[in-house]
Amino acid sequence: MDEVKADYSRIPRKTKFRNGVKKSLLYLGLTFWAVLVLFPFYWMILTSVKSYSSYNSEYVPRFIATNPTIQNYIDAFTAVSLGRYFFNTLIFTVVTTVLMMAVIIPAAFAFARMEFKGKNILFVMFLSLMMIPGELVVITNYVTITAWGMRNSFPGLILPSVTSVFYIYLLKENFEQIPEELYKAAKVDGTSDFKYLVRVMIPISQPTIVTIVILKVIECWNSYVWPRLITDDASYFLVSNGIQEIRENGFGRENIPAMMAAVVVISLPLIILFLIFRKKIMAGVSRGGTKG
Amino acid sequence: MKIVLEHLTKRFPNRDKKKEDVVAVNDFSFEIPDGKLIGLLGPSGCGKSTTLNLICGLEKPSGGKIFFGEEDVTELAPEVRGVGMVFQNYALYPHLTVRQNIIFPLQNLKGDARLSREEMEAKAMEAAGLVQITELMDRRPGELSGGQQQRVAIARALVKMPGVLLLDEPLSNLDARLRLQTREEIRRIQTSTGITTIFVTHDQEEAMSISDSIVVMKDGVIQQIGKPQEVYDHPVNLFVAKFLGTPPINIFDGVVKDGHLRIGEEDVLDVKGIKDGEVIIGIRPEGFIPKENGRLTCTMSALEVMGRDNSIVSTHPLCQNPVIRSIVQADDVTGIRDGKVSFDLKPHKVFLFDKDSGEVLSFENGR
Amino acid sequence: MKNQWKAWLYLLPSILFLGVFMVYPLIDVLIYSFEQGYNFSSQTYSGIGWYNYAYVLHDPYFAQALKNTFIIVIITVPISTTLALLISLGLSSIKPLRDLYQTIYFLPYVTNTLAVGLVFMILFKKTPYSDGLINLLIRAFGGASVDFIDGPYPAKMFVMCFYTIWVVMPFKILILTSALASVNPDYYKAARVDGTSSRRIFTKITLPMIAPMIFYLVITGFIGAFKAYSDEVALFGTDLNAAGMNTIVGYIYDMLYGDSGGYPSYASAAALILFAIVFTITCVNLMLSKNSELF
Repeated sequence: MDEVKADYSRIPRKTKFRNGVKKSLLYLGLTFWAVLVLFPFYWMILTSVKSYSSYNSEYVPRFIATNPTIQNYIDAFTAVSLGRYFFNTLIFTVVTTVLMMAVIIPAAFAFARMEFKGKNILFVMFLSLMMIPGELVVITNYVTITAWGMRNSFPGLILPSVTSVFYIYLLKENFEQIPEELYKAAKVDGTSDFKYLVRVMIPISQPTIVTIVILKVIECWNSYVWPRLITDDASYFLVSNGIQEIRENGFGRENIPAMMAAVVVISLPLIILFLIFRKKIMAGVSRGGTKG
Repeated sequence: MKIVLEHLTKRFPNRDKKKEDVVAVNDFSFEIPDGKLIGLLGPSGCGKSTTLNLICGLEKPSGGKIFFGEEDVTELAPEVRGVGMVFQNYALYPHLTVRQNIIFPLQNLKGDARLSREEMEAKAMEAAGLVQITELMDRRPGELSGGQQQRVAIARALVKMPGVLLLDEPLSNLDARLRLQTREEIRRIQTSTGITTIFVTHDQEEAMSISDSIVVMKDGVIQQIGKPQEVYDHPVNLFVAKFLGTPPINIFDGVVKDGHLRIGEEDVLDVKGIKDGEVIIGIRPEGFIPKENGRLTCTMSALEVMGRDNSIVSTHPLCQNPVIRSIVQADDVTGIRDGKVSFDLKPHKVFLFDKDSGEVLSFENGR
Repeated sequence: MKNQWKAWLYLLPSILFLGVFMVYPLIDVLIYSFEQGYNFSSQTYSGIGWYNYAYVLHDPYFAQALKNTFIIVIITVPISTTLALLISLGLSSIKPLRDLYQTIYFLPYVTNTLAVGLVFMILFKKTPYSDGLINLLIRAFGGASVDFIDGPYPAKMFVMCFYTIWVVMPFKILILTSALASVNPDYYKAARVDGTSSRRIFTKITLPMIAPMIFYLVITGFIGAFKAYSDEVALFGTDLNAAGMNTIVGYIYDMLYGDSGGYPSYASAAALILFAIVFTITCVNLMLSKNSELF
């Protein structure tokens, strides 16, 4: 086989491993997109600290605020009911998330560990519900909640979103990874199912549970369609339809700096949450989130 | 192709930036003659794979030079070095058929080296024939067994007619039976192609059984280079002695005094040409001769019958191993009495090491 | 068995909620869509038939919404997927600052799209006080300023698509970056030993390996873009019909609620038409990906 050996000495001898120019172009491109992403955030903070008069006098907007003011933030909480919207959203988010966990954890446990007739058929039925788009069921839910007289109330806001088939599925998969031996050992020791769930499974699955909680919190904080449909009394508005209300009827005379202050206040909680749980949120979203 | 490594060194920056660099490969110098099969052997993390990556050009050395034949290839990119490499998990492209996998490297050739479709096909078939997988050409890697995937990976490495073939832990993903079979296969392929081959393993038995020479490494430093039997019979230090051989060598604390080697109170061997003092004694399992009133007495714990040989398992307070294993002829179980067993030692199976440096100390048998 | 009974108890809350808010509405929406002349307050209807569908399909507002939605889908899905692929490839080939870039790129995901939409609005909007930053930029480069929010249709559509892409990028970048990271580095090493050019590594190794994820993104991207709604509200306000920027989902909600609302039958028909469109497109996508050369 010697005589047919390819002649590697004929191949041109390139010695450079990496090309510096290419690298810089790459960084340039990545930075460009980063600027595109960050610029709206910069602009909203910048505008929110400009005074109403200085904002309106700048035909060419300045990129720095010469006389930063917090007046807009005060206005955002006093002139319109931003505080109210904020508080409503907080209640909505916390109650929805807690209720949902209370509903989905037992369901996931039943699917993962308990034996009963019709388990497989029921699970397939649950899974098939994942394909149903929300737009299809919103119409009837709107009619149902209206018929129950729950418009402009927290139960009306919360009830339709306290179950998620997808999260039941995610949690069930996670529960199933816990060795069955643990369950058997607990049974041998006479532990009840409920105690086992609370004492063993939930602590072990804590990472997944936290992920689900975070994803649900993000979803609640940003939800717009349902609150908008079900509330027309501003004292039950959440931040999303609240900001729409502020835009269309608040402040008057297009007070954009004050509006931006409200936007900053609304955006901040999730951004802080994100910066704290960055790794968890990104891992969770790549496992189970969708948007867009 | 002859391979020469000269003072080859590779440092990696430490993750903890304040600490010193990690030296994965430290001042390697050795020469691999053309057409030989070399085993790079050492515990995991000793720098074997880094050495392989340096030779094939995936990593750049921090210092030193690499020669293929007479050419200095230190600064060359991998593709112009003419190396074939087989990865531990084979790295076969799952979406391509066996044929497409094998042809893949040929399609990269440019300029004068470029081949026609027929030439590529012929070369692929030739390489496939060499590893006996011609009937599998149209399957995907996912449909093959571990051993078959291994062969495809070797064929893909060979198809470029490399001057050097590198194998990274080629057998570690195979089950025990296949491992035995595949290592013979590698030996056969290497002999029939005559390609200089380097393979990395942490399994001493694997390295000993098929290599022309083995290079024993520890912490990025070469410990010993030589033919397998040579290294086994003449380890240069305690590490090499311990690393080679199954069952492992038995280690005792001992003392040399006036030409006598003593373990505790017992005078186990007469030694000449060695200074008095504490030493570490290594005795190969086959170095024990069970004997009535032998010079070394141990506490018997079990006799393992393995057919051709028997293995006497015993303990001794000054032995560093948990148990002493000695391999003896099946019918030779003399010297066992009252829960004790006593042995005489074969002098050429006994090694003495410096207590501090672990270097081997030479001695002669006799008074 | 006692245990059986217990298991159903554990499942009871979720079955109850899913039954009331998922299964029943599903059946109900079908019924609504065939009930002609349904009156919301008296809950009566005059007959059964295809009238609701016919009405929706002949409604010029629906035609406008359909057109808008299709334009958004056709423009944003390919652009955002390609852009996300490029950015992820870039991200995976750098080491320093990689975490920082990844964090920045993900930010839009955790922001309230209604709120940030307002920032885009003021950046693009022309007001008596100022032309807005974007228009000033356009003028600086010698172009003519245009009102992107209340102006001509193509300009509005441009902002719309731009904002949609801005919003959907984080998810796509994240998915593709983790897909790229999960490709075993040995494949790249093997390719380098064989002297494979970087273009060939991309087309022959990287692309086929992450193809399933790309298809996943294309499919979810189509579904998501067809449901576009709140981003539109963020930019153009709640009266999307007046702005000529309504989408199918927006049309459904408008039929249900607000000044033009009170017609759940029309809304149901529109929702089922949307479902049919999304379902068909998803099936086509799945078939294409099965027959594709890549995998």
